[in-house]
Amino acid sequence: MGEKNFYNPKYYTNRELSWLLFNHRVLNEARDKSIPLFERLKFLSITASNLDEFFMIRVASLKDMENAGYEKPDIAGMTPTQQLKALHEAIHKLVDVQYSTYNRSLLPLLEKNGLHIVRQHEQLSEEEAAYVDKYFEENVYPVLTPMAVDSSRPFPLIRNKSLNIGAMVRNKKTKEELEFATVQVPSVLSRIIQLPSKGKAKKIILLEEMIERNIHKLFLNYDIVCAHPFRIMRNADLTIDEDEAADLLKEIEKQIKKRQWGEAIRLEVEAGMDKRLLQIIKKELAIEEQNVYEIDGPLDLTVLMKVYGLEGFDHLKTPKYEPQPVPELPAGCDIFEEIRKRDILLHHPYQTFTPVVNFIRKAAVDPDVLAIKQTLYRVSGNSPIIAALALAAENGKQVTVLVELKARFDEENNIVWARMLEKAGCHVIYGLVGLKTHSKITLVVRKEEDGIRRYVHLGTGNYNDATAKLYTDMGLLTCAETIGEDATAVFNMLSGYSEPRFWNKLSLAPLWLKDKFLHLIEREKKYAKAGRPARIIAKMNSLCDPDIIAALYAASAEGVKIDLIIRGICCLKVGIPGVSENIRVRSIVGNFLEHSRIFYFQNDDNYEIYCSSADWMPRNLERRVEILFPVDSPELKEELLHILKSQLRDNVKASVLNPDGSYEKVDKRGKQLFNAQEAFCMEAKEKAAKSAGSTELTSRTFIPQKNEQ
Amino acid sequence: MSTRTFAAIDVGSFELTMKIFEFSGKNHMRELDCITQHIDLGSDTYATGKISQEKMDDLCRTLKEFAQIMASYQVEGYRAYGTSAIRETENTMIIQDQIEQRTGIRVEILSNSEQRFLHYKSVAAKGEKFRKIIEGKTAIADIGGGSIQLSLFDHDTLISTQNLRLGVLRLQEQLNHLNPGRAQIETIIDEMASAQLGIYKKMHLKDREIENIIIVDDYISPWVVRKCMEEEGGDAVSRQEFEGLLNLLRNGGTMELAKRLDVTEEKVPLVFISAVLTRRIMELMGAEYLWAFGVNLCDGIAYEYAENAKLIRREHDFEADIIACAMNISRRYMGSRRRAETLENLTTIIFDSMKKIHGLGKRERLYLRLAAILHDCGKYISLVNIGETSYNIIMATEIIGLSHAEREIVANVVRYNHSSFDYFKGLQSSGTELDRDSYLVVAKLTAIIRLANSMDRSHKQKMNGVKAVLKDNELILSVDTQEDITLESGFFHRRSEFFREVFSVTPVLKQKKRI
Repeated sequence: MGEKNFYNPKYYTNRELSWLLFNHRVLNEARDKSIPLFERLKFLSITASNLDEFFMIRVASLKDMENAGYEKPDIAGMTPTQQLKALHEAIHKLVDVQYSTYNRSLLPLLEKNGLHIVRQHEQLSEEEAAYVDKYFEENVYPVLTPMAVDSSRPFPLIRNKSLNIGAMVRNKKTKEELEFATVQVPSVLSRIIQLPSKGKAKKIILLEEMIERNIHKLFLNYDIVCAHPFRIMRNADLTIDEDEAADLLKEIEKQIKKRQWGEAIRLEVEAGMDKRLLQIIKKELAIEEQNVYEIDGPLDLTVLMKVYGLEGFDHLKTPKYEPQPVPELPAGCDIFEEIRKRDILLHHPYQTFTPVVNFIRKAAVDPDVLAIKQTLYRVSGNSPIIAALALAAENGKQVTVLVELKARFDEENNIVWARMLEKAGCHVIYGLVGLKTHSKITLVVRKEEDGIRRYVHLGTGNYNDATAKLYTDMGLLTCAETIGEDATAVFNMLSGYSEPRFWNKLSLAPLWLKDKFLHLIEREKKYAKAGRPARIIAKMNSLCDPDIIAALYAASAEGVKIDLIIRGICCLKVGIPGVSENIRVRSIVGNFLEHSRIFYFQNDDNYEIYCSSADWMPRNLERRVEILFPVDSPELKEELLHILKSQLRDNVKASVLNPDGSYEKVDKRGKQLFNAQEAFCMEAKEKAAKSAGSTELTSRTFIPQKNEQ
Repeated sequence: MSTRTFAAIDVGSFELTMKIFEFSGKNHMRELDCITQHIDLGSDTYATGKISQEKMDDLCRTLKEFAQIMASYQVEGYRAYGTSAIRETENTMIIQDQIEQRTGIRVEILSNSEQRFLHYKSVAAKGEKFRKIIEGKTAIADIGGGSIQLSLFDHDTLISTQNLRLGVLRLQEQLNHLNPGRAQIETIIDEMASAQLGIYKKMHLKDREIENIIIVDDYISPWVVRKCMEEEGGDAVSRQEFEGLLNLLRNGGTMELAKRLDVTEEKVPLVFISAVLTRRIMELMGAEYLWAFGVNLCDGIAYEYAENAKLIRREHDFEADIIACAMNISRRYMGSRRRAETLENLTTIIFDSMKKIHGLGKRERLYLRLAAILHDCGKYISLVNIGETSYNIIMATEIIGLSHAEREIVANVVRYNHSSFDYFKGLQSSGTELDRDSYLVVAKLTAIIRLANSMDRSHKQKMNGVKAVLKDNELILSVDTQEDITLESGFFHRRSEFFREVFSVTPVLKQKKRI
């Protein structure tokens, strides 16, 4: 037919490599001189924790495939082995940049700004050394468990992600051959210790340096030949066969314990580590050469988050932004009444998450509320939402909570509060077999004078009051009957009942969502074909679904103008002649983590705009329960469109994807600087101030006292 | 404004469904929630006559959950009805009791005719749209798991309705034994159905041409509803469009079909069977359009509840449908229309005048009218034994909207109009299922119909303008006629004995002679 095959692997980028580019963009923030110093430390720390997670999930998964002899290429045509090879090269480069940033830019700047990080304990003054030794004996020594290896003692278990100090030791008496010894740097103690200082400047030392200095005290009968920190990462991808597990809960508890035992897939060692020591560790962990990273600096840079938390450096941090009140929901209002007046859109973290918490809190105590239903994915430790749900159940409301136990790394945390909710009398659903429930939806059923009314909150982000201060997300509060009906149907499905006969407004993954997106893209294509203007603006975290990408290519080829705002992975390539010339991709990495998913379709002259919990990834569209919801009210549609347009205008935090696959900061020459996240902060403040002002005015009216007679 | 919430539960042969409704103001009925759980009770029952332990556990667990959901909506009332999968079990009462003990929910059994009547009500509840369709030549094809029900309309009244044991699950069960290839299925279904459908055509359809078919089922109608929603303004699916669906079903893979039709994979073969049946019926009737309202039994249950609780004003006269069906049956057995009308007239006059004494209501009045219409159907078989033969005919004929127990009341009233009355003990030993209350209804209605019958003994309809007045212990029936009523007077006197026994009221016949 002469039609292009839009699935051709050469039109796609490997998702892992694309992810690494994202981490590079974060790293660029750490290198950006216009950013306050301590924020740069934070970004560097984030790249380190990102990379840790990437290893444990993605690299581990590729490793599993390789071990299993799985040879199927990915959408970009690479086999697991090829991907691993490419990744190792790229990761080594990334790590080099991480540490050169740390050593060459950040450390000298910290020094200049009055924070000295002791790089080697040998550099301590006598006085400081005495302090360190005393501190060690009092606080550190009691919690250490040194372990030596000889013929009678096997090589100890080195825990995943733990920092350790390995040493070569020789028995003082026998003077026999060298033995291996190791001690874990305890994670219960703070890794940074402030040294007493006289002037304004601060000086800190890392815990491992302190232990290294005192390691001879742990192995009294031995001479220490050398001692160096090392750290390993194990395969920790949690795959649970749900059909097999009789009790999902128990299975996950078991898996968590098992997680420490996975195969070692990365070894980080201090650069210049004694070769003999390195050899022993490599051999015992059975780790390949390419997975060994020699690090010029402290291992595990997530410690920098602790450094960021040091007091006294506020002037080197971006002033903390206070999420603004939502004008439609003034303090003390009846939230149900306000929702009845109109749909309300929430833009976090620019606007506070409090209304969402209040929505549930109010529902818990409102005598007219019959039932509360909610899906919970990742919840903060001390969540006010959990407390409100428990209270509601105690108040006799019917409370149904779907707790997603499969949320990555959060299982242990989730099980605890799920049990707590159950104790309070909530009906707790522990996820669905074979599917992760990623949708964020709350339904409050209320018996009002004129009948049952349903209030719904739909969101793009988790019900987590802590992350809602850092992640950009959208939320919608509505009592539209059509959405209420759909929400009821969603919870019926989550409870194991059959699907509704039809949906009014919502589209659900894994059954309907992908088709809906493909339909919406297809529709634009048809308009373009008919010579009408056609446009798509989509904002999400990741794009790697081949069907969606192929549909976008087909649409672009017909002339649909497509703007994608994708923070992370993007497997789509731009600028391929005849395929993606009409597609532009930009990525925004800023102070807040871009997290909302917003989708705009021009639909001739009646544009539609949607929000969703789903990215355009196969896992979202095929293996998770996700919700896409339209925003119908004209004012709110405008607001969402404004958000998208502002992000397209950004020339400070935005990077643009080039046809060669690289990202590059937007060319700002001759343009006024525009930072979308900052603009949203300002707008939220202005909005809040305007409405606060109006109430202030009314309270400033004088009320003359009348003569009683 | 006060609102009321109600739960309707349908313990069906393939699925368990509960709908929560809210009634507010006048005539406002709103569906709040619909919960469906797939439990295949039917295949157990149809194959073994019992429900397996495992399915029973599933059923009870789900009903318990339903009870919680009802509580969460604070429903003021509920009705739970079991259909053929429960009805056709051998141990129905044990099952009913077990369910109630385990879940607290009383599942009542719907006879087929009641169930179809509720389906019919759910369709009729659509008001204006329904009225418009039945103005044309219309049939309702109600395709269930165990059987299908075909109902015909003439103008806006239901004229006949017939049950055929061609339910989708039943057919599938039979197909499973044959294990045919996909291509054969259609032929086999056609063969299984054509015998029954052929007879149906001869008996009921005759030369009638039907234009519209309203389909009530869980298989095809969702597709019709969606199809109509897609084509804005569309109300019905044409025969051609339906052929398109059938082609899709013939050629598509199960997974693809499940996706295209938006149903679960296990439902796909059932959709296919239902589609084949529907097409046969369309052919048989020569219908051009397929309509669907996307309603199910739960809607009918709720509608009936609302009607009884006076939460909703009835727009369609269902009583007229029941009467029309009875007349149709009478016609089939060559009953005399005029005689029936006279008798119906006389019985109702007596019934109405005796309200204070008999304490019966509207429903019983309907039984009486039905008994009057069907009073002589047995003569088609034998003139000697009209009581017994009539009883048997009525018991073997479905009257839409009447439960089995109600039908038995009507049949007994007709029987004792002719035969001597059996008292409760005697009646019980003859194996009836009538309970004490129904027995009393039979006695009272028999007394009335006997009296009325005696007033038209000659079958010449002499009694015009009868007026009845209850005065002390006498029921004075004044007749305005010029004819000689000697025969009637004689019978009247003899027949009034039973009337006196039942009501302690003496009927007096007075002829008002014109001067």
